[in-house]
Amino acid sequence: MSTIPSGLKYTQSHEWIELADDDTATIGITDHAQSLLGDLVYVEIPDVGQDVAAAEACAVVESVKAASDIYSPFSGEVLEANEELADTPELINTDPYDAGWIFKVRYHNKADLDELMDADAYAEFAAKEDH
Amino acid sequence: MIIYELAVKGRINKAQNISTTDTLNDIPQKLRRKKRAYLPEVSELQAVRHYTQLSQKNFSIDTHFYPLGSCTMKYNPRACNSLAMLPGFLARHPQSDDSLGQGFLACMHELQDMLKEVTGMQAVSLAPMAGAQGEFAGIAMIRAYHDARNDTARNEILIPDAAHGTNPATAVMCGYRVKEIATDKNGDVDFDALKAAVGPQTAGLMLTNPSTLGVFERRIKEIAALVHAAGGLLYYDGANLNAILGKVRPGDMGFDVIHMNLHKTFSTPHGGGGPGSGPVGVNERLLPYLPIPVVGKKGDTYRIFDEHDIPQTMGRLSAFAGNAGILLRAYIYARMLGKEGMVRIAEYSTLNANYLMKMLEQAGFELAFSNRRATHEFIVTLKKQAKELNVTTLDFAKRLLDLGYHAPTTYFPLLVPECLLIEPTETETKDVLDAFVAAMTTIKKEAEQNPDKVTQAPETMPVRRLDEVRAAKQLDLRWPAKENNA
Repeated sequence: MSTIPSGLKYTQSHEWIELADDDTATIGITDHAQSLLGDLVYVEIPDVGQDVAAAEACAVVESVKAASDIYSPFSGEVLEANEELADTPELINTDPYDAGWIFKVRYHNKADLDELMDADAYAEFAAKEDH
Repeated sequence: MIIYELAVKGRINKAQNISTTDTLNDIPQKLRRKKRAYLPEVSELQAVRHYTQLSQKNFSIDTHFYPLGSCTMKYNPRACNSLAMLPGFLARHPQSDDSLGQGFLACMHELQDMLKEVTGMQAVSLAPMAGAQGEFAGIAMIRAYHDARNDTARNEILIPDAAHGTNPATAVMCGYRVKEIATDKNGDVDFDALKAAVGPQTAGLMLTNPSTLGVFERRIKEIAALVHAAGGLLYYDGANLNAILGKVRPGDMGFDVIHMNLHKTFSTPHGGGGPGSGPVGVNERLLPYLPIPVVGKKGDTYRIFDEHDIPQTMGRLSAFAGNAGILLRAYIYARMLGKEGMVRIAEYSTLNANYLMKMLEQAGFELAFSNRRATHEFIVTLKKQAKELNVTTLDFAKRLLDLGYHAPTTYFPLLVPECLLIEPTETETKDVLDAFVAAMTTIKKEAEQNPDKVTQAPETMPVRRLDEVRAAKQLDLRWPAKENNA
């Protein structure tokens, strides 16, 4: 069974979001998502300073099975991206919620946060999608 | 082992040696190589054995059942090959005058006509050299159409999430943004999601019908009406044309442009042995933008049409007449089948798929869409085996090799977890299908009773389980040449 930390927020496209106090957030993909993808071989991270729109693809993860888009949960500006992933994409497999983070965003619109699920809602969503 | 590793210095093969007389060589001295080319020095017999043994390691349609979903790996009739190799075709120089190639051009013109008729389109260009180029030509024509009308605000192509990855790649190559449309639980395009996505920004919709989920899009007429009402055009991806050949026509469904994969539906060589061929068909709207060259007819004379005849063409896609040898094979295949034969292809490929689907279901396999009739292919999901036994689709695929079967397509479409996309094609007998069911049943039992047998597979192949992560991350394609030979 995959882990779903309770302090984080989640999207239907399997990103996790860690909200900070200063209107910024860190984004990665969930343990459930990485287990579906299998061993990652390549990650394309967004550019720092790039503007992203809510629900728009801004990064790509590629595994031995598939390439998959990563969507920004918010409209905003990319503050930082995880450069480590270029050489070690497997960090997302081994440590999806910490060392495997993908990018940080300063979000413009607080209303975007209303769309996110908490851990319980995501657990229910992921279980349902499995059937 | 590569052939250089067999080489011994000085083992020259006189019989195959090329003549080194210089009399007809007008390449300037400064451009000629100083050192001899580094070639493997082996005997003729060594070379023959080396390549024969390599070919014996292959899985191919000539040696094995090859049910690779959405790829239509069917038998390539030998007659197509031998007729395409007639000296008149083989010796024809592509730059010779049209008047000297009337026979060849007549065949190409007839092929255009047959493809037109079987797809319900107004015109066909044979120029695209493969499916991906056909897609590119199709979307470039949609772009040319909107541009010609000064309707330049349209910047989006709609693509269902079940599509082949080439579809979004094509749209991006043509300068469009991609908007993904969800699939509903029965495998159809989510009509409400489509309705919400269609608008004045829509340049077109790319649709594969039957889809890669192995089902026919039932609301295609409503979908076409919806997209057309918003001013967008419809693109038909011909990947799965085999299932409906001669039965239903994309033109009648409302598609404006279509590409066909002759290496699938019209049984020309496929895979590593290609090359492919991806003709496009258009309706009246897109007629002015057809890629060149196209074979035209004036009176009784055939001739190659270029930009003088089609001034608004989206462009030239091949220097001469497309992949001419492949087009000839497709032409002969179509002529051998005739109209009735083409209908039987759809019927038998669909019958084979449905038979195999039912037999696998009876053997205890879970179908992705058990309430739907299969088209020419269908999806089995092994998510139960993956979850309960820790035996995955990849393990099943590797074990199938041990039992003498090329694996079906795995992990595609992405929508269905742990899936096998299985396409038997019309050229397999019931005996072969039954034997495949028996092999799948054996593996299923092994997964339950002796899972190591499956997770350690393959055991009888030249190599065991490969490290796919390393293969993807550390490409090593070059064999180091030894200095003393250079």
